[in-house]
Amino acid sequence: MHARYTWRTLSREATLILLALLFLVPLVGLLNVSLKPQDSQTSALALEFPPTLGNYAQAWTQANLDAALANSFAITAVSVVLIIAFSAMAAYPLARVTRGWSRYAFYFVIGGLLIPGQLALLPLYATMRDLGLLGSLWSVILINVGQQMPFSVFLYTMFLRELPLDYEEAALLDGCGPVRSFVTVVFPLLRPVTGTVVILNAVGIWNEFFTPLLYLGGSDNTTSPVAIYGFVSQYVSQWPLIFAGLVISVIPILVVYFALQKHIIKGFAGGLKG
Amino acid sequence: MALPHATTTAPGAREPTAQAPPGVSGKTRRKVGVHAPWWFVVPAIAVYLFIVVVPSANGALFSFTDWNGLRPVWSFVGLDNYAAVFSDRTARAALGNTLLLAAAATVAQNVVGLLLALGVNSMARSRYALRVIFFAPVVLTPLVAGYVWSFLLSPNGAVNDALRAVGLGALAHDWLGDPDTALYAIVAEIVWQFSGYSMVIYLAGLQAIPAEVLEAATIDGAGAWSKFRRVVLPLLNGAVVINVMLCLIGGLKQFDQVMAMTGGGPGTATETISTAIYKSAFSLGDFPFSIALAVVMTVVIAILATVQFRLTQRRTS
Repeated sequence: MHARYTWRTLSREATLILLALLFLVPLVGLLNVSLKPQDSQTSALALEFPPTLGNYAQAWTQANLDAALANSFAITAVSVVLIIAFSAMAAYPLARVTRGWSRYAFYFVIGGLLIPGQLALLPLYATMRDLGLLGSLWSVILINVGQQMPFSVFLYTMFLRELPLDYEEAALLDGCGPVRSFVTVVFPLLRPVTGTVVILNAVGIWNEFFTPLLYLGGSDNTTSPVAIYGFVSQYVSQWPLIFAGLVISVIPILVVYFALQKHIIKGFAGGLKG
Repeated sequence: MALPHATTTAPGAREPTAQAPPGVSGKTRRKVGVHAPWWFVVPAIAVYLFIVVVPSANGALFSFTDWNGLRPVWSFVGLDNYAAVFSDRTARAALGNTLLLAAAATVAQNVVGLLLALGVNSMARSRYALRVIFFAPVVLTPLVAGYVWSFLLSPNGAVNDALRAVGLGALAHDWLGDPDTALYAIVAEIVWQFSGYSMVIYLAGLQAIPAEVLEAATIDGAGAWSKFRRVVLPLLNGAVVINVMLCLIGGLKQFDQVMAMTGGGPGTATETISTAIYKSAFSLGDFPFSIALAVVMTVVIAILATVQFRLTQRRTS
């Protein structure tokens, strides 16, 4: 838009930097408070010497964050793998078959985009309870996979419709069957969508609170947000201790974010462009 | 529910530009015989039926019954559950709060997101670093962000400290403890957390505007504001549709931050439909009430999504 760096650009940049510092206040406050002694009364941004790591040791053991983080990892990884496998597979005939059933099946699946999870909540809860899956990571994994089908199938199908048939035809002429051609030729070509699907789902599932609260709350098998929820209600207002727990719980996602920020931002923007 | 999940509902709004002309590719396909096995859809459809379709249909059905989740026997009670919902003070407050929260968050987040995008889409040398900072809260666990904000907004928190420091001590108060400000405090948290998401979508829209179009407008003597109003904004229509849809649906489903910041209080000042559904089922054990409220929520989302889609579509044409 603007070809040169002018005084106006400079003043605009200065405003933006101030705004960015303001945006960082909650994050800096979170870190700063977690390093204070537990009886500290000073303001969120006031530094206190010497900083202590004692809160971290206590939060780590008392919130059972080790087990909770491991569960969060397991749920996120297994859910994302299944989401990719199921939705990429489903998108293949939905994009390539031109007969009626394929079109109706596509609308049937993406219709789920308009249904809030709350509608299915209690019947699903009763079913999971009857199947003995309450307190099991599988209940949360299954729900993640089912709920994410509409969006992921939608992304893969839209992408596949634009993908030329040339590669598949070449594979066919080389004597490749449909299954092998999908696995070795088509799926690798879907990489851009797979990236978006991985990023959106991994961030969403890692941060999710409602479903694990319902299905894992009160069991020994919680995820990190559910463990934090219990921890905060147990140590009301002991902010330095609570904040140490919060920092531990968000370190994994923030590390991944700052390491892969370009891809992650692109993934979020790309999910909408298809 | 985390945003990306809410997100997932948006792209229904897309125009079907990506669709290949079926006639042409269909012919090539039949000729060469690329064959996509139909049974590839089976795992996806099976898990979708089991997790979404069947329980949602049952939810709609059970909203007209006295099903309490335990007894296998139930009977129809007509509209009794809906009558209970609409005569219940908490549920009515939750409906009002949810609509207000969704509307306020949608407007504020889009304005801030668009301004950030315009700022970051400049020649500023730090633009990449700025993007990373503005987007960072988006990946943060909403529950955790809610706790941090509840501390910053507490009577002796950083927000009040800052107000006192600049001589506005009269404005300092218990933001989350006052029924008049609690809901807006939650909106402020949402705007902080998700404006970066709107920014990224607007940025993609801005970068898709051809430079020649803007140059032509400049040559025609358009000022900065009229260029924005008459050239940039109309070309951003697609991004607006997606952003408004995302914010609206995310706001209507709001649960995590409310649980972290106020738990629905003080009184019912920040109760949302989602928190009311959760509490009526799992604190009070009133399944029929909870299910009827969930159906109301579904209808509200469907109506608002349709209205919003229609409005923005008309603007395009």
